[in-house]
Amino acid sequence: MRSLDLTNTRFCLTAILLLLTAAPALAPLPALAQQASSIEIADHPNDDGSAVILTFQLAGDELLELMPQIQVEGQWHDTETAPVLLSSLDRKSGHPEIFGWGVVDGDEKLHPDDLYMVISKYISFDAEGQQQINPISPALGELPVRLVVDPAGRAQQFEAGTVQARQQWFNTNTVFRLLLAVVFSIIIMYFILAARKNPNIFIRRIAGLEAVDEAIGRATEMGKPVLHINGLDSLATLSTVAAVNILGRIAGKVATYESDLLVPCFDPVVMTVSQEVVKNAYLEAGRPDNYREDNIYFLTDQQFSYTASVCGIMLREKPAANFLLGYFYAESLLLAETGNTTGAIQIAGTDAQAQLPFFITTCDYTLIGEELYAASAYLSREPMLLGSLRGQDVAKAFVMVMIFIGTILTTFGSELLTRLWTAL
Amino acid sequence: MMFLRKQLPIILAFLTGILLWLQAYVPAKPASDALTSFTQSWAVILSAAALLLGILSAVQHHMTKIKLHRKGHAYSYITLAAFALTFIAGFFWRPFPGFAEKNIAEGSFFMWIFDNIFTPLAATMFSLLAFFIASAAFRAFRARSFEATALLIAGCIVMLGRVPIGELIPLPGGHDLSDVASWIMNVPNSAAQRAIMFGVILSQVAISIRIIFGIERTYMGGSD
Repeated sequence: MRSLDLTNTRFCLTAILLLLTAAPALAPLPALAQQASSIEIADHPNDDGSAVILTFQLAGDELLELMPQIQVEGQWHDTETAPVLLSSLDRKSGHPEIFGWGVVDGDEKLHPDDLYMVISKYISFDAEGQQQINPISPALGELPVRLVVDPAGRAQQFEAGTVQARQQWFNTNTVFRLLLAVVFSIIIMYFILAARKNPNIFIRRIAGLEAVDEAIGRATEMGKPVLHINGLDSLATLSTVAAVNILGRIAGKVATYESDLLVPCFDPVVMTVSQEVVKNAYLEAGRPDNYREDNIYFLTDQQFSYTASVCGIMLREKPAANFLLGYFYAESLLLAETGNTTGAIQIAGTDAQAQLPFFITTCDYTLIGEELYAASAYLSREPMLLGSLRGQDVAKAFVMVMIFIGTILTTFGSELLTRLWTAL
Repeated sequence: MMFLRKQLPIILAFLTGILLWLQAYVPAKPASDALTSFTQSWAVILSAAALLLGILSAVQHHMTKIKLHRKGHAYSYITLAAFALTFIAGFFWRPFPGFAEKNIAEGSFFMWIFDNIFTPLAATMFSLLAFFIASAAFRAFRARSFEATALLIAGCIVMLGRVPIGELIPLPGGHDLSDVASWIMNVPNSAAQRAIMFGVILSQVAISIRIIFGIERTYMGGSD
């Protein structure tokens, strides 16, 4: 009989292999979850009644699975299509929009985590066994809720109580935003009304707008048209509205100088409005006969097809002045650089921050951000419009003071202002 | 007539502006859903009608160009022919043999036009941007003034700092060029962008108030 030879290589390898095979079976079970504590259910604040919130404290294995359940018409339903891992849950302190500011979670090492889950749906099955996802709504009435920990294994259940989903008529997270909007509106309205009494309002010189007359005058002298682009957004964008407002002012000057104005449009609604605006500008300038509707036309609503078309117009018609106003995307440089090669005076204006460097590089004048919005008031010199600019500047001064105070408070450890100004 | 042209648009702008502004603070469904679906339906109807006007405008523009033999009118022939072909391919049931049955489904002639003509042409236009950036950068980086010189230096630092070689250029204090590039982007650049953003947002508040209260009426085609 051969004795057991522990130095034999084949024996050792076999033993290791056997141990490795048995390892999963010998591994300990996932650590039992601690008893879920402080388990509560409440309506989701500031919503349309489509969610409730389950909060609880629980510590356990990262891979521990959880499944909140709600009872609808006497039957318990899962609220997720698959169990949720404990490690994937959010903590209460990271969500001031739900739990408010100043929520401090328990110390991760000493206490169970303060966790929450938003329940916005429940799962049911129809007669054919097909899964149905149903929304939570106030119509479901009082809903008993429970949390099932490790549903596929030990399935520990923790009752959370009952809740009624409710819709709110005012979002309390927006109180400060509403207050700011009201304050800014009052400031601006005050200065608009004040401008009626005292129309002599100083407004700083904006080089780009001072050059509008020069550009149109040059076009008239050269017998070449003026090209105006309203950007590549719809009228739902405020910068497009601002661009159309400026178009009205430019059209009035073009009509007075008896020059030609070309307005190729990217959006058919903008085209219709532009036609009306230009027509009225010609009418007011006393030159209705010079208005040509065919000069304000729709090209296409495809970005690069539009760009190619406008570049073609620039190269063929050689406008003496190009106005690129509104919201632009990647085509800004293609348009402005092509205009630059034709030798036209170019005045651009946009609030698209990413496109500003391209315009500054290639155009003679660039209206940066707010200057685009000020242009209509600046060109018309209408006291009430200028008054709104003054109000806007006062509001800006208010913001600057807030930034200054906020910086000092934050430096000394107070987050009061920072929290107020953080949009939730 | 005067009421329809002047007062009614101002009243509508005021009511719509105020209601949509208030809606931002009301999460309840009856208010938000009703208002949103109402305004969206109007927007869709108006856009559809305007698109028809737009198409008519574009066709009319090119027809006029051809009729008057304006400069570059040959392109108008191509535009109108392409429009007609795409229109037929998109609207009519299986206009060409060998393609999918559904007129705008995958494998249809319409999608073939989109994938093989339109997309490459758009990509070509977009790729031209690389050359335009080079020429614009050359112009911007000519150090003719203090500002242009500062731009040139900052631009070079950011460009070098954003590529792997930037991390190999050591600076005192254990830093490298990528740290300087990050500082330029995160501090002066962010500060300037935020300043512009504040100005833009306050301007948008001001222009909204001017429109809601009928002080700014140029966009309606009317004067002050």
